[in-house]
Formats: sequence, C-alpha cells, structure tokens
Amino acid sequence: MRLALELALARSAGRLSRLAGRGGGTTIPGKILATLDPGSVSTLAARLPRGTAAISATNGKTTTAALVAAIVGKSVRLAHNGSGANLVSGVASTLIEARDAELGLFEVDEGAFPEVARRIRPRAVCLGNLFRDQLDRYGELEQIAERWRAAVTELPHETALVANADDPQVGDLAVSRPGSVTFGIDDPAQARPTLQHASDSKYCLRCGTPYVYAAAYVGHLGDYRCPACGHARPPLDIAARAIELHGLEAVSFDLVTPEDIRRVRVGLPGLYNVYNALAAASLSRALGATLAEIAAGLESAPPAFGRAERIDVGSRQLLLLLIKNPAGANEVVRTVVEAEAPRLAVVALNDAIADGRDVSWIWDVDFEPLLECLERVVVSGGRAAELALRFTYAGFPADAVEIVPELGAALDRGLELTPEGAELTVLPTYTAMLELRRIVAERGYARQYWERAA
Amino acid sequence: MKLRVGHLYPDYLNIYADRGNIAVLTRRAALRGLELDVAAIGPGDEVDPGGHDLLYVGGGQDREQALIAPDIAAKGPALREAVAEGVAVLAVCGGYQLLGRFYRDRYGSELLGAGVLPLHTVAGERRMIGDVLLDCELEPAHSETVAGFENHAGRTFLDEGAEPLGRVVAGFGNDGASGFEGCRLGRAIGTYLHGPLLPRNPWLADWLLAQAVAHASGGEPPVFEPLDDRLEAEAHAVSAARARARGGKF
Repeated sequence: MRLALELALARSAGRLSRLAGRGGGTTIPGKILATLDPGSVSTLAARLPRGTAAISATNGKTTTAALVAAIVGKSVRLAHNGSGANLVSGVASTLIEARDAELGLFEVDEGAFPEVARRIRPRAVCLGNLFRDQLDRYGELEQIAERWRAAVTELPHETALVANADDPQVGDLAVSRPGSVTFGIDDPAQARPTLQHASDSKYCLRCGTPYVYAAAYVGHLGDYRCPACGHARPPLDIAARAIELHGLEAVSFDLVTPEDIRRVRVGLPGLYNVYNALAAASLSRALGATLAEIAAGLESAPPAFGRAERIDVGSRQLLLLLIKNPAGANEVVRTVVEAEAPRLAVVALNDAIADGRDVSWIWDVDFEPLLECLERVVVSGGRAAELALRFTYAGFPADAVEIVPELGAALDRGLELTPEGAELTVLPTYTAMLELRRIVAERGYARQYWERAA
Repeated sequence: MKLRVGHLYPDYLNIYADRGNIAVLTRRAALRGLELDVAAIGPGDEVDPGGHDLLYVGGGQDREQALIAPDIAAKGPALREAVAEGVAVLAVCGGYQLLGRFYRDRYGSELLGAGVLPLHTVAGERRMIGDVLLDCELEPAHSETVAGFENHAGRTFLDEGAEPLGRVVAGFGNDGASGFEGCRLGRAIGTYLHGPLLPRNPWLADWLLAQAVAHASGGEPPVFEPLDDRLEAEAHAVSAARARARGGKF
C-alpha cells in the first residue's frame, strides 16, 4: 500500500515536470521514489515477470538498447529507458512509469552499473566497451574497469553475461566468468592500419607490454595479442564477418552464432554500429530470441535519437551526429567523411556536467580528415572558442571558421549556407544535441525525445 | 632557427590532450620563423642532456604512469643536467608529479620520480577536479593569468623556498590548501593544469618558446612580435569565468 502511494506521487511529479516545461520529467519520479523508499527499485524490478536486462558501455549503450528493444519488444512489453536517463533515478523512473511491462531493458551509465546491477539483479548483462570519457566525471578508465570487475563477481549466479571480446578489459570479464558469451568482429579487411591517436587499453592487462594487433577496428577494439605473455582476445562465440559499409545509411554483415549464420542489414552507419548490432544480437539471444527474430529486429530498428538522425527542416535536412568522447567522435568523423565528405558542418561544444566540464578531449579527436573536406565550419555552444582554436591550430583557415555560440543562431547560419534540398551535417555534444532537437521541435519539425514510440 | 623538442613518453602520457600543447608550440614557433623538431623519447631511450631545447611531459592514467615511473627515475640524472643547463620544460599533471622527487601512494609506499623539480606528491582521498584560474609572475613585475582544468588525487608539496607557477585565484591548486599551483625552476614549469594548457594561455606558450630559443642561442630570451590572439583571449575569458563560477574548493 505504501509503495502504491509513493508510486502515484512520483508519477504525478513527472507529469508536473513536463507541464512546467522542465524537459521530459524522465528522472524526477525516480529521484522522488529513491528518496521516499530506497528499496523500491529492487521491489519494482522484481515484479517484472520476465526480469531485467542491463547494457553498459562508454559508447553505444543507447543504440544497443534501441536495437534490443526492436528485437524483443515485438513479443514482450518492455520497461525501457529509451530517453537515455541511465542513472539509478532514470531506471527507477522507467520502472514507475511502465505499469504492465514484462521485461525491463535498461541502458546503464558505466559509473552507475555496479549500483544498478545490485538493485535490479538483472537476468542478462551486456558489457560493450571502455574508452576514456569525461574524466572529470568518471575518473580514469582503470577505476571503472575495477568497479565493473567487482560488480561482475557480485552478479547472481544465474545471470547471463555477454561481453565484447575485442576490448581487452571487457573481454577479460567474460573469461573470468564461466558460461559467458563473447562477441566481436572477425573481418581483417575492415581493420585500421594503425591504432588511433591516444588509444586506451593498449598495454597488456597481465604484464604491461604493448599488445600487437592482428586487426584494430575501432579505437583499441580488435584482435589483440601480447607478444610477451600471450594474453589474447578470447575466442568469439558470436561474430560479424564479411562486413559492408553502406555510407551513412547502413551496414550489412554475416551474423555468425553457434547455431547458424545469417546475413543482416542494419540501418545505422559505420563500423561502430556493427559492434552495437553484435551487442544487441548477443544480449537478445541470451534473453531467448531466435536468430530469425534477431535478424528481423536489427533490420527494422530506427536510429536512437541524435546518434545518426536525419530531420527534415523545411526544404533542407539536418544530419545530427552526437559526439561525446574521442573514440566515438573519431568514428563519427570517419563515417561522415567516407560517406559524404561534407563541405560545411556545424560543430557544437557545451561543457555542462553531461558533456564533461573538461573540454580537453576535443584535442584527442582526429578532426583532421573532416577539416580536409570542409570549406567552412560554424562552431557553437558554450565553448565555441575552444573549438575554433582546435581547428585553427590544426591549420584550418581562421576566416573559414564562424563562431556563433548561441545554438539556434548557429543552426540558422548553417541552414542559410546549405543549398535548398541539401543536407547540413551537425556534430553536437550531448546537451547541445538535446537543445538543438528542442529548437527544431519548437519549430514543428521533430518530436521531443520523450515522445518517441516505445 | 631550429628548436629541438623532446616529447617524453607520448604513447603513455597523453591523457589530457597533450598533443594540443605540442600543436600550439609548433604553430606559434612557425609564425616566428622557428622550426620545431619534435622527437619522441620512449622507455629505454637515452636522454642526451644537451640534445634538446625544450622537454615536454604529459599526463597519464595511473596504470600508464606506473608503467613508466621506473624509466623516468632512471632518466633522472640526465634530465637534471639538462634543466641545470637551461633547457625549457613543460610538465603537465602526471608528468609534473613524475618530475618530482617521489610519489607516496595511499599505502605509504614511495615511487621514485626523476628528481628534477623540488617537490613531492602524496596520494589523497578526494580527487580535486574543476576549472582553475591562476595569477602568475614569471618575470618580475609582469603579471599574467593562466586558465585551465585540474583533475588529480595527488597533493603536491613544494620544498621550502621553491617557487610555484602561480597563486590560485579559483580552484584547488597543488594541494587544495596552500593557495599555490605548479612549480617553476628556472626555465622549467610543472603544473596540474590541462585543458589543454597552452591554446588558451598563449603567453605561456610564447614564454616557453623564448626560453627554448635562449637555450639554443646561448643568449637572452627574445621578445616576440605579438600574434592575433583574439580567439585565444576569448577562450581564456570563458575558461576564467568558469573557474570563478565553479572552480573547486573544499
């Protein structure tokens, strides 16, 4: 009875928050409930007849969860935090709002993963990758890895773990837990010639010697082996082979599982989305989906908001590509350059907590291939001047950089420079992306992020 | 003129966009007709004390720092000789700690540093994270500000009489208590500030370049013609405002 009252109170707070124009109200109900009754998250999770699944990673959690929702959501009612509220409060809010859900599907912030896992006791866990990201907020990569190691040992015995074997730190978690399922890319034709600048986890976990890569795919993800002690990528249970990249539209590949092989096409661009598709396929399989259901779900999935999203704005189109850390931004740059080689872009850098207050990461992004195609760049956001410095010290002509800190004005300027019928490429950080979507929605062009179909 | 820059451990110590500092030095040197010849110095490489005009050491994560600590300690004598002979140095964050005499971890064991800078560092419980603003006076009666970002668990203590880089206007600084940040020894600078440090603090980049020229020529540091630094000034102003509004304090 007490929990029912608390739930009613928390739900109405979420509605009030939306009515008051304070955003989606996606975390407030959970914050209230967690304050009123800290044990309630566990209670609500335990009520779900098909249990819960958790996804964590530095990059790709939202997209992976959206893909899993497309696969398993056809036959099962989900409680899914699809708006990206991925701390304990966001998980709690989702549990409060989803009254008749059968299965909880949660993307979880990598720092919050241990606590969320303790509370929801997930039936299946998918761990994707660890890259340097918002060091001011998360601390060093090694500390997150350490906390993940402890969290994995605390998982219930029956919990299924699926993990990315191509990341040394993450793959090692699967090796340490018998019965885990590994996934990874097995297609040396897609390998990068060298590790990217400022790659992480490139020294052997066991002995500290630099790994030798038979193939490096995204950042430090790949087929690694330590030449000194032999520590190497574990065998892949689920793999992507014969990958084809279709520009900014899609990827297709052979999805190889212990049961069968199936060619799939996923409507998301870039090699990094092959990892997201593999993660989603592996987790869905652990939740009982068949290969046919997995393939059908992957092929039908819409992009998660702002990750690689096209929005019609009158007679022009926006292409929104979220950038948030060096590894993710490098892949966005690579994909957009290989597909479109745009001559104009808007790049927006904010420094709120959700973006990272420390903006030094922009210097670790390999923007140079993008700058080679661009004739003009509009920089925006609270730290627009830092972006301008990043580009001009890379040799980009100062008179081709326009500084328009206010996002709405930057968007207008970008659209003004875009020919009718053409597309404007926009690379925003997280809060800049939310603000841009709000501006576009206010003009009547896109739905607010909390209004997306579940 | 060619300036010889030694970049220590670029594969290991690169966590806070250290290549931004190198890019700023390179470009500002080129605009003055100076060529920067940047060479990586890795584990096991010998340091020739007379072979460089400027040395750079960046920051690393704990694991990478621990991997190279014994190596930098072994390079200590050559690095000390280089600094004594007037080589310019910029050491940031982890590199700053590693140039000190030692780092004491939370269990009390001490990791030897290079012993170049008169300081030592002790692990602390709470990380000191946030925007920072400093007042500096590297040349007598000539005051400048430095804006950056700090993220460190170590508390750094300067030896008696050692000179800090600057006075903390906003932020934690060396230990969150002394009111000072960084260390300056002749032409060598150590600091926790990244962001990276030099793009938004171009006067400091020019100061380092001038010291490197002085080392190369054996003469006095030159006074460079000013560049168009309006963008740099704008980035500095935003960063300084952030430090005033939200710089860390206990």
